[in-house]
Amino acid sequence: MKSMMEEEREERRDYLIGLAAAILLTAVPFAAVAFGWFPRGVDYAIIAVAGVLQIVCQFRYFLHIDLSRSKRDDLQLILFSGLICLLMVGGTIWIIFNQYAQM
Amino acid sequence: MDRLWFFFFGTLNYDSLPFYSTIATIAAGIVVAGALVTFGLITWYGKWTALWKNWLTSVDHKKIGIMYVVVAFVMMARAVVEASMMRLQQALSFDAPGYLPPEHFAQLFSTHGTIMIFFMAMPFLTGLINYAMPLQIGARDVAFPVLNSISLCLTGGGAALMMVSLVLGKFSTGGWSGYPPYTEMAFSPGVGPDYWIWAVTLSSIGTTFTGINFAVTIYKKRAPGMHLFRMPLFCWTSLCTAILMIFAMPPLTLATLFLALDRQLGFHFFTNDAGGNMMNYANLFWLFGHPEVYILILPAFGVYSEVIANFSSKVLYGYRTLVVATMAIAVLSFTVWLHHFFTMGQSSAVNAAFGIATMTIGIPTGVKVYDWLLTMFRGRVRFSVPMLYALAFLILFVVGGLSGVLLANPAVDYQVHNSLFLVAHFHNMLIPGLLYGMLAGTHYWFPKAFGFRLDELWGRIAFVCWVVGFLLAFMPLYALGLLGMPRRLVEYFDPDYLPYTIVAAVGAGFILAAFASLVVQLVVSIRHRDALRVFVGDPWNGRTLEWSISAPPPEYNFAVIPDVKARDAFHDMKRRGVAYRRPKHYSNIEMPMNSMLGPVVAIAATACVFGIVWHIGWMIVLGFLTVWGAVIARSFVRRTKRIIPASEVRRTEERWLAAVSKAPLIARDYETSPANRGLAEAAGA
Repeated sequence: MKSMMEEEREERRDYLIGLAAAILLTAVPFAAVAFGWFPRGVDYAIIAVAGVLQIVCQFRYFLHIDLSRSKRDDLQLILFSGLICLLMVGGTIWIIFNQYAQM
Repeated sequence: MDRLWFFFFGTLNYDSLPFYSTIATIAAGIVVAGALVTFGLITWYGKWTALWKNWLTSVDHKKIGIMYVVVAFVMMARAVVEASMMRLQQALSFDAPGYLPPEHFAQLFSTHGTIMIFFMAMPFLTGLINYAMPLQIGARDVAFPVLNSISLCLTGGGAALMMVSLVLGKFSTGGWSGYPPYTEMAFSPGVGPDYWIWAVTLSSIGTTFTGINFAVTIYKKRAPGMHLFRMPLFCWTSLCTAILMIFAMPPLTLATLFLALDRQLGFHFFTNDAGGNMMNYANLFWLFGHPEVYILILPAFGVYSEVIANFSSKVLYGYRTLVVATMAIAVLSFTVWLHHFFTMGQSSAVNAAFGIATMTIGIPTGVKVYDWLLTMFRGRVRFSVPMLYALAFLILFVVGGLSGVLLANPAVDYQVHNSLFLVAHFHNMLIPGLLYGMLAGTHYWFPKAFGFRLDELWGRIAFVCWVVGFLLAFMPLYALGLLGMPRRLVEYFDPDYLPYTIVAAVGAGFILAAFASLVVQLVVSIRHRDALRVFVGDPWNGRTLEWSISAPPPEYNFAVIPDVKARDAFHDMKRRGVAYRRPKHYSNIEMPMNSMLGPVVAIAATACVFGIVWHIGWMIVLGFLTVWGAVIARSFVRRTKRIIPASEVRRTEERWLAAVSKAPLIARDYETSPANRGLAEAAGA
């Protein structure tokens, strides 16, 4: 058994790591666009990667989702949400661009 | 002077009043008179305090559920009248203008659809789930009781806005789906689409909250031993409905808010020019709209599962397949939305993909139908009112489903798109599917909620009127659609249509009679409530936990949280002889305290959006600040729970257990006789 103090310290460390990562992952894409360091295509890639990492980071550090067994229910719900979002966003892009191509 | 008027009253003026047509004046008069009579009666009997303390600020899931159903019934009264007005117009308008001007007719079909979906069907099913689901999983309340009250009040605010639109200004003429560019400022400059946008937005936000609330309740508040796969099927369909609400409502909220930005602030999301794309509105609307169809039908499927098992005196056949089918329907419902706009101009490959996905949904639905049939097979079927609705549903719903599979073919859809065939199809799904299910659920759970049964005779009369009315009103519409009659037609010149429109109008008359019968039934039942009393709480020899407590249940539902050992938990308890056991000891019960956050937020939000509709600046700002001020103030409230002392629990429970010991055992065949006090003779499977 870990002591209360220890647990609290660990939790605080987790939150601080999460906060730092979240700020970093927000600042980098903003900076990339604001200062125009890279060509446009690279900017897009940076925004996409930072966005995905941001999601993972929020889940891990703030919503406490990991791969352990006790979190299985939550993980399933997240994967389900991912599936539905994929269907809705992917379907929309497919439909709208298909219509655009027909015009 | 004008500027002062504008500051206080915005664009409201004499022309906003409904004196442009006699019918509109009468309708507005009825609304105003109805409101005045209601207020007057409450004041006369001095019930304002009781109403506020016991109902409006209550966070008890049972009371919130009942209030949802009341909202649904009030709104249904209006929408049913509107429906019969439209049927009468079409019966009279062969080669003649009929009695309704075209603009009024267009308002009628817009309000009819909006009300029936958002303010009849949604509150009705939300009310039933709110009432029954926490009882079925052995919980004392939902996960977020105050949020539940906010959801209810927001829905009520939207409904109030719909009623206000009858009196001040004209409603949208853009149909219940409000497609731009017609609903953009350029083509609909009045306040109508704004009323539609904000009424729907309020209710959709409330529904999103409800979805979150139900899903968390089912995941976190189940009684010990109530594994997911021991839940009654109604809870499973509630869970899937809740998940659909969480994912399907946001696209609607977005679509309506984008449309509002277009109209009020000159954005170009869906305009013809400046880069707008109205097709994306159709896409977003049906991203909500198709899952919505299953939000509407799944709770009804749950009710039928409970009712058919209960009144066939048998365990539900194929429980696992029913659960899997429900889940499959929930996921598939997100893969088919394009079938609402096959004709919008995407390639045939896209249409084919969505057409096939649409047909696939027929498979899990078919599995369910067979499961229900096999539940009845070799059961002892009692033809009580809920069971009658379930039987009518099984037959009529299959017909409607088959017409849906036809419509899933893009080639067929191109022929009957926007015709009355479509109108017949979705009414065929919604009336025998959703509405009969909700009515069956009301009959089934009414004795639980109020402590007395509903009158059987009037229930049967209403049932016959609903079925005859539905058949007469909507079967001709299939034929009319195939004859080529478009939907929403105010006047026509083809004599072939006339006989069918007359039959449909007669059907609408039967539906009016059906609604009236429900009102009569309620009045008769209240008058005879002493003879119909079932305080012990198990009038139908029920199988699930809600029947194991008194009727009406105490505020805390369960004196001791039940320990669940099997599926059909209460049936299992009766069989093992452990039902109605006196608890070893009573303990204090902690319940959430009443909160006025719900009513305050909803009144302020409704005022805010009313201000937006009529450009009343101070009302917008005041409403907006009050909403968020109230939410923030609430977060400082420390005392949110109250304790019901063990002694009070003991008194309540002992009174009930004394009634249990005195009540006669009732065999299933005599459950509708006055001898039924709610204690069932447990026998058989």
